[in-house]
Amino acid sequence: MTNIFTRRIAMAAAASLALTAALPAAAENWKPQKPVEMVIMAGQGGGADRLARLFQSIIQKENLSSMPILPVNKGGGSGAEALRYLKDKQGDNHTIMATLNSYYTTPLRTDIGVNIEEFTPVARMALDTFVLWVNADSDIQTLDDYVAAVKASGGSWKMGGTGTGQEDSLVTAMLQDEFDIDVTYVPFKGGGDVAKNLVGGHIDSSVNNPSEALGFYQAGKLRPIAAFTPDRIEVFPDTPTMTELGHELVYSMQRSFVAPAGMAPEAVAYYTEMFEKLNASEEWQTYTQEKALMPDFLTGDDLQSYFLDERAKHADLLKTADGESS
Amino acid sequence: MELLGHLADGFATSLSPLNLFIVLIGVTAGLFIGAMPGLGSVNGVAIVLPITFIVPPSSAIILLAAIYYGAMYGGAVSSILLGIPGASTAVATTFDGRPMAQQGKAGLALIAAACASFVGGTISVILFTLFAAPLADVALAFGPAEEFALVLLAFTTFVGLGGDDVLKTIIMICLGLALSTVGLDLISGQPRLIFFDQPGFYSGISFLVLAIGIYGIGEILYTIETQKTAPQVTPAKLTFTDLWYGIKEINKLWKTMSFGSIMGFFVGMLPAAGATPAALMAYGIAKLTSKKSDQFGKGAIEGVAAPETANNAASTGSLLPMLTLGIPGSPTTALLLGGMVMWGLVPGPMLFIEQPDFVWGLISSLYTANLAAVLVNLALIPLFVWALRMPFTVLCSIVFILCIVGGFAPSQKMHDVWLIVGFGVFGYILRKADYPMAPLVLALVLGPLMEKSFRQTLISEQGNVMAFVERPLSGAFIAISVVFFLLPMLKHFKRWFGRGTAATN
Repeated sequence: MTNIFTRRIAMAAAASLALTAALPAAAENWKPQKPVEMVIMAGQGGGADRLARLFQSIIQKENLSSMPILPVNKGGGSGAEALRYLKDKQGDNHTIMATLNSYYTTPLRTDIGVNIEEFTPVARMALDTFVLWVNADSDIQTLDDYVAAVKASGGSWKMGGTGTGQEDSLVTAMLQDEFDIDVTYVPFKGGGDVAKNLVGGHIDSSVNNPSEALGFYQAGKLRPIAAFTPDRIEVFPDTPTMTELGHELVYSMQRSFVAPAGMAPEAVAYYTEMFEKLNASEEWQTYTQEKALMPDFLTGDDLQSYFLDERAKHADLLKTADGESS
Repeated sequence: MELLGHLADGFATSLSPLNLFIVLIGVTAGLFIGAMPGLGSVNGVAIVLPITFIVPPSSAIILLAAIYYGAMYGGAVSSILLGIPGASTAVATTFDGRPMAQQGKAGLALIAAACASFVGGTISVILFTLFAAPLADVALAFGPAEEFALVLLAFTTFVGLGGDDVLKTIIMICLGLALSTVGLDLISGQPRLIFFDQPGFYSGISFLVLAIGIYGIGEILYTIETQKTAPQVTPAKLTFTDLWYGIKEINKLWKTMSFGSIMGFFVGMLPAAGATPAALMAYGIAKLTSKKSDQFGKGAIEGVAAPETANNAASTGSLLPMLTLGIPGSPTTALLLGGMVMWGLVPGPMLFIEQPDFVWGLISSLYTANLAAVLVNLALIPLFVWALRMPFTVLCSIVFILCIVGGFAPSQKMHDVWLIVGFGVFGYILRKADYPMAPLVLALVLGPLMEKSFRQTLISEQGNVMAFVERPLSGAFIAISVVFFLLPMLKHFKRWFGRGTAATN
């Protein structure tokens, strides 16, 4: 019984290997016939938006696509707008979507009739990191200061972030759970908006991605308190990680590309190859270092199983987060 | 003086033959793109962005700035000639621009719009040059409470100074706000008002669909009914004498235009506010302060000049938070931001320090783009006016085609086309019943911003409604809003007590 089973798996593996081997040849045959739409699951100016536009620019500069790539923002409703849009594009070979973690969380939280299992995974480019930020004018220097200040505020501490149920709110829920603190979570349209409101003093802290806050950090307007990463981030060598400080808080955001359900395999192969070349480009490698991104390339079935694993993890996280807020 | 040195360096770049050529191409293309209902500066910049790799970044940004400016000028063209605002920023221009065209003064209205745009653009670029860096802090002082108060102010300007029936105006604003909630909730992502389970409603109702439907189709239906045989507009002629006369007329409007420019610049500078409320408020205030305020809405040249100065000034203003904070103030500046990222520039607080060549090249190109835009625009006015001399039956069909194509192109969904037709019939009925359209359209544009900022403030202030009044800036805006709101009622009462019950209208 087991024997047959393993043999089947082996055969399937061999078949898929053969398929991957055949793919480059097929990729040469298929080329986009019209401009490719790159849907962005977030508003303009945030981390996801900037990154997607960077990808577009590298693709254009290095001539990785025979047709231009047109970025389109569909940031409404924590990415629900984009997910619905991609669902409607079933079978379309000229649409790809840049994802965030709301790729799993939004369909989990709201009934928008989207099952991400149906979408076609293309490539994961990187994992983005999270850092706890305060305004540089505040007295808070360390994590202990921060926890003390939040406790002293008696629940009126304003934590800004992206839409409720999105990454920032999950990180906030993790913080609340770990330190037994209570904050008021104020949702904004994008990470850029959050950073601006933190600098302007309209909120008290944020968990922005480094790329969103970096400009203000360099101008001396924002201060990093701790990073939600396994190791220290290269551009913030003096900022400790949560793990170092004795708190097991690690969270990252995947930056990937997916395609609509039913995209032709040749087209998927074409885009996969395009992103593979993009991943190897020097500009992308420099960018990941400067902006504290962790490049982590993944494609095909491995990516799909990663998505599904993450979706399960986020279902648990969301339960904790909902428990916190009620 | 350091400033002048930077600016001189900038001009050295922007006045090179290649860049001057680029500016001319850019403004001409922008003008036509802006003049098409359905296409605006966003589309123009989006289409050209990928091409900009073949020229150096400084030339690329000049091209984009030229298209941006050209499209802002062009928006007025379709507002005046066809009565269809090509972008939400040009809605206020229809109030007086359209009546002027119907009286055969389309040429004068176009000249007024072009000159006013030039004044607005120029004054705001000067403000930008002088105060860009310190003003970034003002933009930062604007939080959600202030954003809400500003939008409220824009609405009450309408109620108080609009001149239409107050009750009808309020009904239309409420209807517009209700339409603006269609789609996915901004904060939680829950679907709302998805009529008949149509997936098309998930992305909400866009400004273009409503504006093209109501102003385009609705207007055609109305005109067909009212003027079966007579031509729609008095054919306008334009000679050099007329041009000179127009420029002299504009010259008398310095007060309106300076005020519109300064206000437009400041409102445009606030992240998320942008040119739409700026144009509206400039119109309202021009009407309030004008000696001939009874002429507004019936073809007052000031009513064209005020919103046009303000929306151009605001489009310059919205570049400020984009460059200094990395926060785009409008969809078009978001695209420009994307362009800058592509060229390896990082917008934000460090840009002025690290990339002075780029920043000053851009600022100086705003001066040249503005000048080129006004010249090209004035030169093309005879062509635009000529378009109006087409027989009504031909013009009407062309407008209809433009409406359908313009509505389909951005989203490429038939859903939007059907909505346009539906809104067209709805707009026709509204017109028959004498309801004002502009409040409806603007409430749809500003509604999401208003709702978002209102909820953000309430969340961060633990549900304390007084927060709006307690903060100095938003408190002041709200106080002015209340005055504007009460203004028509005061007038109403005055008339009531003065003349008895006869004057209820």
